[in-house]
Amino acid sequence: MLNYIIRRIGYLFVTLIFVCIIGFVIIELPPGSYLEFELQRIRLLGGDLSQEQIRSLEIIYGVNDPIYLKFWKWISRFVRGDFGESFEYNLPARDLVFARLPFTVIISVLTLIFAWGISIVVGVYSATHRRTFLDYTIEVLQFIGLSVPSFLLALVVMVFAQRTLGLHVGGLYSDAFVNAPWSWDKFVDLLKHIWMPIVVIGASNTAWLSRVMRTNLLDVLGMQYVQTARSKGLPERRVIWKHAVRNAMHPLVMVLGMSLPQIISGETVVAIVLNLPTTGPLYFRALVQQDMYLAASFLMLLAIVLLIGNLLADILLAWLDPRIRFD
Amino acid sequence: MAEAAPAVPQEETIVEPVSEVGAMSQWKLMVLRYRRNTLAMIGLIGLIIGYITVALAPFLGPNDYMRQDSNYVSGPPTPIKFRDQQGNFSLRPYAMAIRTELDPVAYKFRYVKDETTYYPVKFFVKGDPYTLLGFIDGDVHLFGLDAPNRIYPFGADPLGRCMFTRVLTGGQISMTVGLVGVLLSIVFGSVLGTASGYYGGMIDDIMQRIIEIIAAFPTVPLWAALAAALPTTSSTFTALDRYFLITVILSLVNWTGLARQLRAKVMSYSQSDFTMAALAAGASDWRIIFVHMIPNAASHIIVVAALAIPGMILGETSLSFLGLGIMPPLVSWGALLKDAQQVSVVIQQPWLIIPGAAVVITVLLFSFLGDGLRDAVDPYSI
Repeated sequence: MLNYIIRRIGYLFVTLIFVCIIGFVIIELPPGSYLEFELQRIRLLGGDLSQEQIRSLEIIYGVNDPIYLKFWKWISRFVRGDFGESFEYNLPARDLVFARLPFTVIISVLTLIFAWGISIVVGVYSATHRRTFLDYTIEVLQFIGLSVPSFLLALVVMVFAQRTLGLHVGGLYSDAFVNAPWSWDKFVDLLKHIWMPIVVIGASNTAWLSRVMRTNLLDVLGMQYVQTARSKGLPERRVIWKHAVRNAMHPLVMVLGMSLPQIISGETVVAIVLNLPTTGPLYFRALVQQDMYLAASFLMLLAIVLLIGNLLADILLAWLDPRIRFD
Repeated sequence: MAEAAPAVPQEETIVEPVSEVGAMSQWKLMVLRYRRNTLAMIGLIGLIIGYITVALAPFLGPNDYMRQDSNYVSGPPTPIKFRDQQGNFSLRPYAMAIRTELDPVAYKFRYVKDETTYYPVKFFVKGDPYTLLGFIDGDVHLFGLDAPNRIYPFGADPLGRCMFTRVLTGGQISMTVGLVGVLLSIVFGSVLGTASGYYGGMIDDIMQRIIEIIAAFPTVPLWAALAAALPTTSSTFTALDRYFLITVILSLVNWTGLARQLRAKVMSYSQSDFTMAALAAGASDWRIIFVHMIPNAASHIIVVAALAIPGMILGETSLSFLGLGIMPPLVSWGALLKDAQQVSVVIQQPWLIIPGAAVVITVLLFSFLGDGLRDAVDPYSI
């Protein structure tokens, strides 16, 4: 087991190196460089620089360095926690990223828990009540949940909440608490707001996971050990929850590595509509403005969060399922 | 074990009636099985109707999709009634007139229904000129009002352009982006996946790492980052070029799923008799891959591809919604939804969210189609 974990962590580092390469490519892809941006800023302020000054700045910024040197300079600074400057905000990209990343992680983890909880219950119900009215209703809802883009769902839910229920929507806090220091009241206010993004982001994942759960459980219910459990006279509830559901959940852990990227993906887009203080709005704005150091920092940290999430999922699965081979 | 088999084979039973089923090819069985599935047929027929509709967009829509009506900015959908001015029922629909009125309190213009003025909706009326399917010039529209009045079945956008025609025109992009993207994914995915499964060893290891790395990124942010690197539209880089590059970007991230599944298939084929026979006959690796393996996996490829289309449509919608996808003058459903980013706007002009309904319906139909195909490819299962 320990060996397995160590090897997985080794893979993680190999993958990280490639993630860094992709991040670097994304910074380098758009035309223009940081220096050009700086020059433009200085000119806008009314100043101008002589050719010699520009040339010496080019040397300082390493604009004409060969690509591998550029990469080395960038990556060695990245590892030390210097992600470069954001052109637009004139702040270190690191400060902007770390101000927002925790919210993304918290909302994604809560969404995952929500999606899992609901899909296990719904999946078990629809598998044990096959071909009932409610099972068909659930199937229709699952199809719709998979077909509605999350941002559209966010819009519809918000319009409904505002028009029909008269709720204050958008953001994670009421206006009064946005800049307030942390307190119990602010926490309660946060809870009042956070359910909506969780439900909206989790909808498509819940639809998908509950279908997976239903299919798995139906497979498991046909197994002989379930028959054995029934024939030895166990109550049906015990047969299902103790014998069948536990085994039907393994594939759910296995797809964890797929559902986490989906959730983070959905979160970034929904955050724009719901006006959440998470990575999404700033990231896409950075892309539109070609603020590449900021954008690449966001993308790489999201990828790193995902890699760690996948590592945890793999370890969890190996711990849950003794049939996993450690090779 | 205990019971002995009947010693004498019953000769008579060998004469069987010629069975239709046994004589059918596997493809025919798949078609039969597919047609039994109601939802799958709804998906197929719905999509055929959908593609015809968007192809005929300039004819079916009453206005030109780029025409701006400064007197009808963000105007509501034209109310359509099946009664005439006198209030009698009429089979010919009538469009109620809408006039602008200055709101004395808010001091803003607003649109008010004119209950007294009705215009008959005419069919095959002359209107804005258009080019259909790229080569048929015309100016007759399926329905419309007599000039100078205009009908806006889905209202108008913030620039006063007809939403109905725009939704139909946007479908041309949104409904093809998935198809083109999936075709590219098939090319990437089947070549790389087959090679990975066939050769194994180093190549397989590298391929699996690449797939893992791509899967390590959240899809929409990665798509967005690649799309952001595309140049802005200009005379040398048209909106159409951008559309094609967007489909390439969508498939660059999407081929991994297909590659993974094909790899597993090919690995199981590589132990099979027909591969061994081909090897023994001296066939080259390329021949085995392209003549023996890919055709065998064809039905599988089609299913995975069909199931991947909804994700691509949703991907394009998200990208365009974020302003990183399709650019004007082209329109797509996502680009139309960009006007509906704020809740306050949607509450004021709910018709701006109609393109979203088009997305949902299309994705649903594609899911029905994909699920039906998945169930149909294995005609020997029960």
